[in-house]
Amino acid sequence: MFDDLRDLYQEVIFDHNRNPRNFRIIEDADRKVEGFNPLCGDRLTLYLKMAGNVITDASFQGSGCAISTASVSLMTEIVKGKTEQEADTLFKQFHEMTTGKDEHINLEAIGKLAVLAGVREYPARVKCATLAWHTLDAALKNQQEAISTE
Amino acid sequence: MTFDVEKIRQDFPILKEKIRGKDLVYLDNAATCQKPQSVIDSIVHVYSHDYANVHRGVHTLSVRSTDKFEGARTKVKDFINASSDKEIIFVKGATEAINLVAQTFGKANIKTGDEIVITAMEHHSNIVPWQMLCEQTGAILKVAPINQAGELIFTEFEQLLNDKTRLVSVVHMSNALGTINPVKDIIEAAHAKNIPVLLDGAQAIPHIQVDVQALDCDFYVFSGHKLYGPTGTGVLYGKQALLEAMPPYQGGGDMIRKVTFTETEYNTLPYKFEAGTPNIADVIGLGAAIDYINSIGMDVIAAHEADLLHYATEKAQAIKGLRIIGEAEEKGAILSFVLDKIHPHDIGTMLDSLGIAIRAGHHCAMPVMDFYNVPATARASFGLYNTRQEIDVLMNGIESLIEVFG
Repeated sequence: MFDDLRDLYQEVIFDHNRNPRNFRIIEDADRKVEGFNPLCGDRLTLYLKMAGNVITDASFQGSGCAISTASVSLMTEIVKGKTEQEADTLFKQFHEMTTGKDEHINLEAIGKLAVLAGVREYPARVKCATLAWHTLDAALKNQQEAISTE
Repeated sequence: MTFDVEKIRQDFPILKEKIRGKDLVYLDNAATCQKPQSVIDSIVHVYSHDYANVHRGVHTLSVRSTDKFEGARTKVKDFINASSDKEIIFVKGATEAINLVAQTFGKANIKTGDEIVITAMEHHSNIVPWQMLCEQTGAILKVAPINQAGELIFTEFEQLLNDKTRLVSVVHMSNALGTINPVKDIIEAAHAKNIPVLLDGAQAIPHIQVDVQALDCDFYVFSGHKLYGPTGTGVLYGKQALLEAMPPYQGGGDMIRKVTFTETEYNTLPYKFEAGTPNIADVIGLGAAIDYINSIGMDVIAAHEADLLHYATEKAQAIKGLRIIGEAEEKGAILSFVLDKIHPHDIGTMLDSLGIAIRAGHHCAMPVMDFYNVPATARASFGLYNTRQEIDVLMNGIESLIEVFG
């Protein structure tokens, strides 16, 4: 019935929505930033544990749609073990993929995150996917204040 | 009058649109309504045959344009049964109408320590203008609570009325919940203490026959685009004596009688509040929308919508994991709901792929969302052209997406 939506709602997304990874609080987090999308009310708190410039642990709390939940869940998985620079590169690649600015994005480089490429066809939903990454960007820049998509 | 919904649907060209290859099922009428051909034609006709600036020229087109524009004012007056055209102020929408009252009536009459009473189910447009006024004047905003069904708790509302209350501003019908407020009782209770009442009719106007004299409200505001009319049109009704006593809103052309560099004499009602060239063609289109509504009859429309709401509510209640938000005894054609573990935005996107347009979000009523402890709701809202078959399509869609989400 929802054949048209297969590109947007891939099984991986349903899976991460049902069972979000790293859905917990890191009590002794080195970075903690809140992300908020006032348009839809999605709200998340991102926690990072750092060792030097390496992200050793990442987790989140909050509530959102399937796209935003899957996006933040996948993100916390992929950034673990990455340096700040590597995470920043991923942020930029992810942003380009979801906003469709670069048609020739190397999907292999961003691995599993490619399942979210479908949002570029749904402008109303792009911010659902990018909220997590903008929150990460703020955390990498060591901002303390909550960030908002608007 | 008999009501043939299939015939009505022929009047709305957009209903023939295909969305993602499917028949459009338009259930976002609380956000804005679609336009009948007669409204679209009236705007084309104005620009093709009757257009010039109003209240200005002696030339033929200006006279014609003015006649049609003022004719629309009379149609609005008759539609809500105001006693005079002077009580009908054209603005760009309900939001501007409330801001106008806040910044004119409000600034002239509301001082430090005074109180303004609203309810917990208001749209942001009936919250923020008062907060702004309170910030400017030092007045206090009081909020009458609602119960779990989404109804005003009347006794608590009454207790908020005191000798400091300068205005009661309440929604006639809630856009987020569908609740129809007991406005007659609200007005009686307020008037017993000499407190004027503003009714926000943005949502009520296409569903309920409004008679401002029978209600005895002091202000009534609505938007044309929710009445099957053009965007950028709205109406502020005010009792003449109140409007006369209020200072003007904006300064400019048309709102003056005489201007020198030392002083300005303001124009009479309603022009005192209509500075600048108004939205001529769209206001004439609003007149055409009222003609269209009248040709069907508000009572007939209301009966059709009540049937749709009843049908949709029964079907929705049968869906496991669906929770209706807003179950007031007195309710208009709005079905707000949430699904267990499925975010409203996912519901919105999924239904869109089936051609169904609903609203997903906070409906500009964040305090209502907070009250029900949900980030957002999905909302199906019905209009005169909707059918039971469309509700079947909606409910099948909801059941299917629940299955997909597992």
